[in-house]
Amino acid sequence: MTARLAVFIIAIMALVTLPQWMHGVYYVNVASQILFYAVFALGLNVLAGYAGLVSLGHAGLFGISAYATGYMLNLGYSHSVAIATALSIGMVSMAIYAVLSLRATGIGFIMITLALGEIVWGLAYRWISITGGDNGINLHGRPEPFGIALTSPNAFYYAALIVFLIALAVMTVFVRSPLGAALMGTRDQPRRMTALGYHVWLIRFFACMLSGLLTSIAGILFVYYNQFISPQALDLTASAEVLLMVISGGAGTLLGPIVGSTLVVVVKSVVSGYIERWNFLLGAIFVAIVILMPEGLVPGTVRLWRAAFARRRPGPVVEATEKAS
Amino acid sequence: MSRKDTRTRNVTASGKAAASNKLTRRGFMAASAAGAAAAAFNFPTPALAQSAPFKLGLLTVKTGPLAQGGIQMEQGVITWLKAHDYKMAGRKVDFISADTGGKPAGTKTKAQELVERDKVDVILGPLAAFELLAITDYVRDHKIPTLSLAGADDITQRRPNPYFLRPSASSSQAMQPMGHYAATEMGKKKAISIDFDFAFGYEQQGGFQAAFEKDGGCVLNKLWAPLGTPDYTPYLAQMTGCDVICQGFAGSGPIAFMKQYANFGLKFPVVTGETGGDDALLHAFGDEAVGMINCAPYTLDLETDTNKKFAQAMVKNFNTVPGFYAAGLYVNCDIVDAGLKATDGKTDDKEKFMAALKAVKLKDTPRGPISFDHLGNVVGSFYIRRIEKAKNDYGLKLWNKTVKTYDNVSQFWTWPEKEFLSHPVYSRNYPALKKC
Repeated sequence: MTARLAVFIIAIMALVTLPQWMHGVYYVNVASQILFYAVFALGLNVLAGYAGLVSLGHAGLFGISAYATGYMLNLGYSHSVAIATALSIGMVSMAIYAVLSLRATGIGFIMITLALGEIVWGLAYRWISITGGDNGINLHGRPEPFGIALTSPNAFYYAALIVFLIALAVMTVFVRSPLGAALMGTRDQPRRMTALGYHVWLIRFFACMLSGLLTSIAGILFVYYNQFISPQALDLTASAEVLLMVISGGAGTLLGPIVGSTLVVVVKSVVSGYIERWNFLLGAIFVAIVILMPEGLVPGTVRLWRAAFARRRPGPVVEATEKAS
Repeated sequence: MSRKDTRTRNVTASGKAAASNKLTRRGFMAASAAGAAAAAFNFPTPALAQSAPFKLGLLTVKTGPLAQGGIQMEQGVITWLKAHDYKMAGRKVDFISADTGGKPAGTKTKAQELVERDKVDVILGPLAAFELLAITDYVRDHKIPTLSLAGADDITQRRPNPYFLRPSASSSQAMQPMGHYAATEMGKKKAISIDFDFAFGYEQQGGFQAAFEKDGGCVLNKLWAPLGTPDYTPYLAQMTGCDVICQGFAGSGPIAFMKQYANFGLKFPVVTGETGGDDALLHAFGDEAVGMINCAPYTLDLETDTNKKFAQAMVKNFNTVPGFYAAGLYVNCDIVDAGLKATDGKTDDKEKFMAALKAVKLKDTPRGPISFDHLGNVVGSFYIRRIEKAKNDYGLKLWNKTVKTYDNVSQFWTWPEKEFLSHPVYSRNYPALKKC
């Protein structure tokens, strides 16, 4: 436990001091992107990981709050009003999503969310008076919470970091709460949970809402970061990309989505500067993950680590590590 | 062969692997692993001495459906640099090419990479209008001169950006002379237009319709196909009662459309713009494209030494004839070079450098003479061409033969600027259809 705490503290320290040791604002900006994509992936992980409900329409939700923010700001509302409206619209949309898609599980759920995501994409593309169509929405300026302007890359990084840490804390608490346990129960044994008197639909609905909240927050960070939103940000590829982040890192784990988003953003933004066929590289990495660690990078690494550990020192040590976890 | 060349240049250009000119797959794995680490040791640029290399950034699309044009863009720049010994106004050029993936968010990230990490002096590109719209505010805030061939009419019209120059053509610029030519020289009266359902398509067809109707024609119907659709049959069935078809497809769209158009048995003459009749597509068209009239800001058959040299260098370097994208970027390099010469190679005063770029007037580029209007859009020659089976120097089966040249065409065509700008930007519903 103490070793784990030490690693945790070191990781936090590294994140907090990142703008100091990371040379160049460009990499600070990449780090900001990793953070808000991690929040997005954490949001999807609530459904795909803990609830066993794979959504292929989450980029639509992400886009709804991003568009809402941009639209409200361009109407002349203040940042706080825009953010509050965007969150509310995001949550209402998630509720609609949930009511429609929770009628099914498994492939049915995937197909309904896919269809909903495509509907939102179509609206973004065609409802030109609101969304600007293909030309998207440009917005100007970032908010100034407590008088601190988020215009500089470092300030924005810290804002994203705070949001990210809160999201991670919320997820940690949620996963360990009775509700979190119940949600995992509905994933593994929905019929047994029903027999035990749990309201499976309601638990899933709540999971959807938590997922929608995190997704909306990520959407708002995304639009403030890019200062631009257009339909490309919410197409099927975007939904698939965030799902890949979750699955490659390890669905149903706390750290998995974070590792996955780091992997995807780093390959997309940094490695693509060195290799022309970065899409191929990303694909190859995913294939390697699926073959070598089908459960994802984080649980896979833990498994391999333990296997190596157990071979060297068999016996009670294994039990000890297992207890510690 | 061409690909290897490109990749090698990328590596040297990015400066990280200047020691090795070859990039093996294994070498790359190490490089990519070290990528993040290398980030930490990225030295800040030293104060610019006069002899410091000039940093030229390119935002292009090398992956995805837009890659064909994007790769031509990079080839155009490399051809220019090779022909000029990697020097602009006496300064050595560091060329950094970035792949945006054809997504606005990727374009923004790559623009940041070029500006914040690589400290480029000029950005060439991006390719698509939506990519340009994603970075227009960013380049203005950072005062980085940006020379792009992306359409997005309003960037040089109702939402001008002082740090933006478009030496190619606005989306509607080539279609306006096309509309005029169709109504007057071809004597057509009733047109049906078809295009991809996105902003570039709306602006192209808006320009065609406005110019065509100004000269007495009438557009019966405007059809919109989803971007990248494989099947045009539902739209072909609606093409009746007209005497000319205007298509504005881009990428590989024109090839598929013309094949299906011919197979459907339609015989109306077809007119199109710079993307629909691009010289780079000539090798892929079949006989069905013979007779198609198109209007473009660049034509491969322009009989000047500069153009011939450029086209031959493209064939030599990349084994391909240049089209609109490669020529556009080659001309961009001409302009940056001329602007840099005007400031004696200095770029530290960005406003002055930008003003020098905007004041550039060139008589002899591969696309002919060009200059800029006060909004940063090109004023230059536009060529009406007819696809024919004709002999040519490049062994192509088909050939774009220039039949008429319009000189000094501005983005406002023949309308006064004020009148043109008082209208909304061309869109799906503007200009509205009239009863014919």
